[in-house]
This record gives sequence, structure tokens and C-alpha cells, in this order.
Amino acid sequence: MQRHLANVLSNKQVSSRYWHMVVDSTNLNKTVNPGQFFQVRCADTYFPFLRRPLSVYRINENTIEFLYLVKGQGTSAMTKIQAGHSLDMMGPVGEGFRLDRSAQNILLVARGVGVATLAAVAQAAYRQGVKSYAIMSARSRDDLLAIEFLEDYGAEVFIVTEDEGTSDVENVKRIIKEDICATTVIDAIYTCGSRRLSKLSQSIANELHIPGEIALEEHMGCGMGACFSCVCDIREGDTTKSVRVCTEGPVFPLDKVVME
Amino acid sequence: MTSSKNMQVTIGDLTLKNPIMPASGAFGPEMEQALDFDRLGAIVPKSITKFPQPGNAKPRVCETNGGMINSIGIQSKGVEHFLSHTIPAFEKYQSPIIASVSAESIEEFVDVSATLANQASIRGLELNISCPNLKGDGKAFGMDATITRELISQVREVTTKPIIAKLTPNVTSIQDIAIAAEQGGADGLNVANTMLAMAIDVDTRKPLIGNVMGGFSGPAVKPIIVRMIYQVAQVSSLPIIGCGGVMSGRDAIEMMIAGASAVQVGTASFINPTALTDILTEIEEYMEQNEIIEIEELIGSIII
Ligand SMILES: Cc1cc2nc3c(=O)[nH]c(=O)nc-3n(C[C@H](O)[C@H](O)[C@H](O)COP(=O)(O)OP(=O)(O)OC[C@H]3O[C@@H](n4cnc5c(N)ncnc54)[C@H](O)[C@@H]3O)c2cc1C
Ligand SMILES: Cc1cc2nc3c(=O)[nH]c(=O)nc-3n(C[C@H](O)[C@H](O)[C@H](O)COP(=O)(O)O)c2cc1C
Ligand code: FES
Repeated sequence: MQRHLANVLSNKQVSSRYWHMVVDSTNLNKTVNPGQFFQVRCADTYFPFLRRPLSVYRINENTIEFLYLVKGQGTSAMTKIQAGHSLDMMGPVGEGFRLDRSAQNILLVARGVGVATLAAVAQAAYRQGVKSYAIMSARSRDDLLAIEFLEDYGAEVFIVTEDEGTSDVENVKRIIKEDICATTVIDAIYTCGSRRLSKLSQSIANELHIPGEIALEEHMGCGMGACFSCVCDIREGDTTKSVRVCTEGPVFPLDKVVME
Repeated sequence: MTSSKNMQVTIGDLTLKNPIMPASGAFGPEMEQALDFDRLGAIVPKSITKFPQPGNAKPRVCETNGGMINSIGIQSKGVEHFLSHTIPAFEKYQSPIIASVSAESIEEFVDVSATLANQASIRGLELNISCPNLKGDGKAFGMDATITRELISQVREVTTKPIIAKLTPNVTSIQDIAIAAEQGGADGLNVANTMLAMAIDVDTRKPLIGNVMGGFSGPAVKPIIVRMIYQVAQVSSLPIIGCGGVMSGRDAIEMMIAGASAVQVGTASFINPTALTDILTEIEEYMEQNEIIEIEELIGSIII
């Protein structure tokens, strides 16, 4: 992982809570994979102080994009960065998603800003000729992101929201089993963004014997594997093993993650 | 840079090519991608315990103004794994390895220290008698002068390698503990570990870290550490390693002027992965600008 000062090409608000940033990646002499992230310095101050982890949302030839939820001090400060400024980012960090070459249909299950991480999978799938089915869960329609992008990548998108009373686990389960898996052979499931949906994805993957992967989030200190702030438990046979989300993840096999 | 400057400093019989080294727990082999380890004065791995231990509840870190609080809880794979994996990852570098030991009892400190001291590539021991995350509301061995003296004198019996006592700032008088460590036979004093601290989310009214309290580090703590280095330098003739809040070369120099012989850098590496070597370069520049040939001139050079 390296530190880069990348030129910011645009940084714009895309909905009431979300922003989208595009940075020049031509000087990044490393390939970036879906699921990997950057440790971003949100401001050149001692508050916010630590770097914030942000996944790559879209990976293009000369640019990479971030989609971020304005949550607290760090992401608020990030909204002040204008086109022409530079973004101090460290990365790419971590192990990304593995998209099996033989896959034909994949299922993406995202909640909220989880789509920021999974959009890059849809993009990679599209380039590999793989069809994506995507469950997009959010509080309201206004909070939904990237639907057009996913559709541009040939994804079939299923929207569920709290406002419309469609986002409960039972309904999502029904959509996956009846509307998708009943007619299509799903080769892999990818999920990010909600504990409830991750648990559901894990149980469906288990029941239907579909391999899957999950991108986890933990509070990070270093983002370099040195500090052990970001650990989670992974099943290894009958025992569990503590792993670091920043370096051994953030993407893990769905069946191995111990959901808290 | 010209090579006429001498950045060498000594701790016991250990000569370091320069005074900058990582702080235990904020450094790992993974950082070799970003940093040239051969430029470091020493390599200090994360504290090691005798047996594997899982660490504390999450979240383990939170942010505060100009700093962070951590409650990692010395997550450790145990001394055997340390010898078979961690040490080999560092042995390939020229910089001397100073192993940091954490333990739950004096016996365990002695036991682990003896095992580590048997390794040729481990050139010194730093005894973490100060971790605020041990059971019992952040109490640490280093809060009691008698225990500190006893602990260090017992470790002294099992090794001739330099022993550095990493003191805790969470005491009424750090000078008393420094004197006790010196009497116990320490060769150097690390001033200091993290400060016991706490932060609360006012929206949820919950503590920001899982363990409720944790250790405070980062630039916000530096003035307190500088004060403690200065105080300890008044009562002890041992070399001091300053630790806490160093972000720049000038911060490191400030600690040396207060009385430190060497300086550790922790949290700064989280913000900037090349902080350790950037700091070294800044020290070189300072020496150049101020026509300082021997860095040792700076140690304790405060003018009052
Ligand atoms: C691998 C990874 C990838 C991520 N990708 C994205 C993304 O693409 N888009 C996006 O909007 N968000 C993403 N997040 C979450 C994002 O990092 C947090 O929302 C962000 O750190 C919040 O910072 P803040 O200062 O605005 O909020 P605060 O709540 O003020 O943050 C305070 C502290 O808590 C930490 N923190 C708070 N929430 C989280 C969280 N969910 N995960 C990790 N640390 C947290 C912050 O890093 C900071 O140290 C990702 C998290 C991880 C671990
Ligand atoms: C995440 C983290 C983990 C730490 N783990 C250890 C440890 O294992 N042993 C130890 O002696 N100190 C540990 N420390 C304390 C540091 O070594 C250092 O004393 C402290 O961070 C102050 O220096 P800084 O402000 O430069 O970070 C840790 C600090 C941090 C931030
Ligand atoms: S954030 Fe430091 S080990 Fe993962």
C-alpha cells in the first residue's frame, strides 16, 4: 500500500446524504480490485484525525470513484474537497472480491452505502459477461443510489425500502428465492452493508449451496495490518480465528464469517 | 544530505544509528511496503505475551481531537508464534530488534524475557509494565514503585541485554517509578505509554470504545509527555526514549531537548505511513540548518 496525492476531478452531492468523488488514478501504479479500499485523509487537520476507509465504487482506466455517506466529522470534511484539490489516499488496501471465471449469474445484496462496495463487483461482472441480479435496500427511494449504474452494467435490480414496507428480511428472502433463484442458477452471492441482510445471505447461500463473499466494516486505526483495531472472527473448522479486516479482508467467504 | 552528521545514540550497550524507532503496537511487518526498515534506529514489534490472547471488545479505536483512544488489549499470538513468525520477518533488516514484553505477573515477565533474550537477533527488551488495558480498571505494574523495582530486578537476573522499562503516565509521580526502575537495573526508560482516557458519543450516550476506557495517543498528548521526559531526566541518569504524540522531526527534537536520547513514533504512522523516515529526514534538515554535527548534543540541552 502506498500513499498517493490524487487529483480530484469532481466531488458532488448526489442525494440528501450521499456524495460522489472522482479522482485521477493515472499515477496509481497498482491495479485496484472491487472490494479493495483506500484509507482517505478527509482533511489536513488534527480533527478529523485518522484516515477513513472508503471502498472503490467504480474503477475506470484513468480514474477511480468513491461514493460516500456523510456520516460524521470525517465524511463532512470530505465534502469540502473541491475539483482541482488533491486527495491524500493510502492504498489500495485489502483483499477484494473474487469473481469466479465460470460464473454466469451472480446475486448482489446491498443495503444503503453497501452499494458503494458492490457496484465495483457489478462493473467487473459486466466486463466478464456475467449477469448481475441486485437487491438494493434503503430507507427510502431518495436514499437509493447507483441504480442507473447497475442497470447500465446489465444488472436486474430489485428495490426494497422501509418507506414502502418492502425491506423486511422475509420479503427480501422471498424475492431472492422466488423471483430470482427459482428461475435462475445463481453462481455466487456478494453482500455488504447490513447485518440482517448478511445473515440472510449467509443462510440462503448455505441452504442453496451457493458460494458467497461479504465485505465487512470495522473501525480502523492504521489500515495497514499493524494495530489490530479492526479484527473479526472467521470460522476455521470447529474453531474460530481472529483476522484483521484491513489486510486479511475486508472481503471474506460468506460461510466463514461469524455474524455477531 | 552530507554524511558529516552523526545521528548515533546509545541505550545501555546498544548503539542505534539514529534515535527514531516505531512505538510498539503501532508497527508491523506489513509496513515494509511503505517504509525502508533499514533506516530505522531500531525495530520494536507489538508487545508479546506468553500465551495467545484475544484482545478486547470492539470498537477498539476511536478518534478524539488531535488523537485517538485504543483498547486493543495486547491481542497476541503468544511467544512461540512470535519467535517463529514475527522475528524472522524483521531479522532480514539491519536495524536492531527491541522486543516488547507484556505479562500478567512478574514470573511471566521473567519467563518471556528469558526466552526472548536467548535469541541472538533480539538486541534489547522493552518491558511494557504500563499497558492500561490489563484487568482491573486500567491498573498496571508500573503504577507501583515497589513492584516496578522487583519486576525489573528479576528480569535483570535472566539477561544481560539492555532492558527498557516502558513507564505509564497514569501515576501521581512518574519520577518515583523512574527511580524504582533504575534501582531495579533498567538500562533505559520509555516515557511513556498511553494515557488512560475515555470518550462518549453524546447522541447515544455510549462510550466510543468497547472497553469503555483506553489509551490516549497522538499529537494531543505530546506536551504532557515532554513534561514527563523533562521531569524524569531530573532524577535519573538512564537514557530516556520519548514516546507520545510525535508527528514531525521538530516534535522529536523537542523531546530530545527535554532529555530524551531516542524517540518512538506510533500514531503518526497511521496518518502517514512514511512518518518514521519523514521524521528522520526532518531531523537531518534541522541538524543541517542549525549546524549540529552530533545529535547527542541535543539530549537534555534545554535552556531554562
Ligand atoms: C473497508 C471499508 C470500506 C468502506 N467503504 C465505504 C464507502 O465506500 N462509502 C461510505 O460511505 N462508507 C464506507 N465505509 C464506512 C466509512 O468508513 C465510515 O462511514 C466513515 O469512516 C465514517 O467517518 P465519519 O468521520 O464521517 O463518521 P464518525 O462517525 O464521526 O466517525 C468517527 C470514527 O468512527 C469510525 N467509523 C464510523 N463508522 C464507521 C464504519 N461504518 N466503518 C468503519 N469505521 C467507522 C471512523 O472511521 C472514525 O474513526 C467503509 C468502511 C470500511 C471499513
Ligand atoms: C493501536 C495501538 C496499539 C498499541 N499497542 C501497544 C503495545 O502492544 N505495547 C505497548 O507498549 N504500547 C502500545 N501502544 C502504545 C504506543 O506504543 C505508544 O506508547 C503510544 O501510542 C504513544 O505514542 P504515539 O502518540 O506516537 O502513538 C499502542 C498504541 C496504539 C495507538
Ligand atoms: S486497522 Fe490496524 S490492523 Fe486493521
